[in-house]
Amino acid sequence: MAERKIIDARGSFCPGPLMELIAGMKMASVGDELEVLSSDKGSATDVPEWIKKVGHELIGTSEDNGVWHIVVRKAK
Amino acid sequence: MRILIVGGGMGGTILANNLARRLTTELKSGKARITMLSASDKHMYQPGLLYLAVGRIAPDELYRDQAGLLEPGIEFHVDPVTEFKLDKNEVVTQGGKTHAYDILVIATGSRMTPETIPGLAENCETFYTEATALKMFKRLREFEGGKVVITVGVPHKCPMAPLEITFMLHDYFKDRGMLDKVKLHYTYPIGRIHSLENVAKWATPEFDRLGITYETLFNMKEVDGANKILKSEEGTEVNYDLLIAIPAHKGMEVIEKNGLGQNGWIPTHRHQLNMEGRSNVFVLGDTTNLPISKAGSTAHFEADTLGENIAGMIKMGTPVRDYDGKVFCFIEAGKDRATYAMFNYQNPPEPKAPTKAVHWFKMAYNKLYWVSARGLL
Repeated sequence: MAERKIIDARGSFCPGPLMELIAGMKMASVGDELEVLSSDKGSATDVPEWIKKVGHELIGTSEDNGVWHIVVRKAK
Repeated sequence: MRILIVGGGMGGTILANNLARRLTTELKSGKARITMLSASDKHMYQPGLLYLAVGRIAPDELYRDQAGLLEPGIEFHVDPVTEFKLDKNEVVTQGGKTHAYDILVIATGSRMTPETIPGLAENCETFYTEATALKMFKRLREFEGGKVVITVGVPHKCPMAPLEITFMLHDYFKDRGMLDKVKLHYTYPIGRIHSLENVAKWATPEFDRLGITYETLFNMKEVDGANKILKSEEGTEVNYDLLIAIPAHKGMEVIEKNGLGQNGWIPTHRHQLNMEGRSNVFVLGDTTNLPISKAGSTAHFEADTLGENIAGMIKMGTPVRDYDGKVFCFIEAGKDRATYAMFNYQNPPEPKAPTKAVHWFKMAYNKLYWVSARGLL
């Protein structure tokens, strides 16, 4: 059964939210959802950019109190 | 109070020495006991591997005897842990001994895993062990020219290593009078050439100035060694004559085998550094799953915090402060210039232009490290 894993990358300047997601994606199974928490508004654009380029699926992006929640699904 | 430290790297060693000084009275009276279990009787200065890879340091300069780095009163055994029995507050070692504890600190570090990318291990040079760094240097000595590709996996130890090795390779080939025969090409996983935005802003014009080309949003997928082609998850390819890799890392196998954390990274509280769900188990350095750099300075600053907190728990019944995510990294910008990045959970770094003074401070720190390991700096 597919799972949703939270990647708490708040306050991460290095390696940063996208690098945390790339690492998390390697540990996930196809179909799993990953929710990245980021305090960097740049994640709202650079995560979708990578997801599109590599061919995974963007489920949604939202912002709550300065924290961006970006949900993606591993597609391959 | 029995304090058991598993791992004799930078984090474990600084913590043990820090605690031994803070708990001198308790150690003498028998109220506290510090035991360290390590896989080796030697302590390696891992950042020195970067210099070994370009022939600027000899292997024996990387090591000291671990026992000689530890304060008197610390019990030290070369006997790595094979089994963690957290519900019983015990660990079992390779030698078959059981050690009980009141406080456990896990600082077992990480390891590169080039074997996770098909074709990478057998076709790349790298520098994360003594053997591979020495092999890389010998390969550089034989290299007569061509396209050198520096490629980066995620996650990896030492966030500055990709930039540093690229700049150092540039100066290595320049010193040998080979720059006209060498093309340096760099790939990086995200959409700029370093994870730290301000570092990328500094390094990108440096790459442009030096003629180093780069491709971003490039994550290694496989290496076709027969045709010397590196392929990415994003669907692109790059040819190489010499492939230098910063491979992805994992935590140690014993962590994953014991179910403490996927890929060997233990879920850790970002401020108190305890293992999630365990109040008497703490995690240091690369072994945590925290979203911060896997770097010696991270382990160092975490160990400083944890030393104060464990001593506070013993003396006052409470930890005294939070870890703030502090990291400090030197950045070698070639053979004789360097800068640095310092940041925490709240504040990004603002690297300055490289100078010779910072480079020489880094060279001095390569020796001063042994004072740091003793918990004095």
